[in-house]
Amino acid sequence: MSQLKNFSKGFVKENPVFVLLLGLCPALGVTTSAINGMGMGLATTFVLVMSNLVVTSIKSLIPDKVRIPSFIVIIASFVTIVELVMQGFMPALFDQLGLFIPLIVVNCLVLGRAEAFASKQGFVTSVVDGLGMGLGFTFALTLLGGVRELLGSGAIFGFNLIEGDGMLVFVLAPGAFIALGYLIAIMNKLNKA
Amino acid sequence: MSKKKKPESNFINMIMTLLLVAAIAGLALGGVYVVTKEPIAKAKEAKLKSALGKVLPAFDTIHVQQVKPIDGEDSLTFYTGYKNNDMVGTAIKTYSNKGYGGEIELMVGFKPDMTINNTAVLKHKETPGLGDKMSKSKSEWSNQFLGKNPAEFKLGVKKDGGDVDAITAATITSRAFCDAVKRAYETYEKGGDQ
Repeated sequence: MSQLKNFSKGFVKENPVFVLLLGLCPALGVTTSAINGMGMGLATTFVLVMSNLVVTSIKSLIPDKVRIPSFIVIIASFVTIVELVMQGFMPALFDQLGLFIPLIVVNCLVLGRAEAFASKQGFVTSVVDGLGMGLGFTFALTLLGGVRELLGSGAIFGFNLIEGDGMLVFVLAPGAFIALGYLIAIMNKLNKA
Repeated sequence: MSKKKKPESNFINMIMTLLLVAAIAGLALGGVYVVTKEPIAKAKEAKLKSALGKVLPAFDTIHVQQVKPIDGEDSLTFYTGYKNNDMVGTAIKTYSNKGYGGEIELMVGFKPDMTINNTAVLKHKETPGLGDKMSKSKSEWSNQFLGKNPAEFKLGVKKDGGDVDAITAATITSRAFCDAVKRAYETYEKGGDQ
């Protein structure tokens, strides 16, 4: 598999949210606006790349039976680093996402890539996979957030496009499922074509 | 799997691996904590300062004290602002546990004549698009409190016999907002002046 293919598979062919259906908890929880989705996606991307990088570098040193606990400790450390750095240097974003950052630890996407990919593949491949998957996740969350923000509050990235209140259901939890369902349907159509 | 032979999964190997992983993780986190400690404290202070600047008239010194509210729960923080030694107003960090998503935290500024100068939302978990309209950045709803004296302006939504127009579809949030402002006002009235 060429590195380019490896990188781009995260966007459409193996998009974590729309095709693999991994990491749906943050995908549904934070995507009330496009900017929230993007912030969450980028934070996850960072954790994904770093954990893939570390996991692939030490994979031959970890005994098989304790690999999952080791991966979790590594992932949790990077998540805490993201949380502290964001709190210190991006307080506005932290106000929006703070509650969801610790949830990256249990995002099955991160552990899934560490276990299924990084622990078996080479260094460069793993990092590229982390980057592709992470940006694919960011793309999916931004798209979902954008759709919900547009329909729910008539704005996109905070800029008002439509006057009035919009359809409130899209800002609330049920709207997340509805929007995700339609986006998955569209993605399936595109992937088949 | 990998070409290199992995260490055997025996007791010693497993313990040593986990110990090492945890130790390195601990060290890394300790380092990051030390580096980010100051910026985090600064960010918190900047947030508090900007809230104070919004709810108080121009001031040059701030006097801080903790005051127990009359209902005897967590104490409120009073920030009394002075300009050239004249008191220009008191900002009170207040809270309500009656929000739709749990606790909300507000900063309410009172002028010396007990009218509300301004309010700012510090922390909330209300529904985006509904309850979060209480924030100044989302809607002008909270402007109806400006310049009102709670002695004449009943802090309660109209449905409950008060004078406050509730946010459409977010009555619970509006009630919690009133509850927090009321707690600040009553505490201020009953003994925040000492």
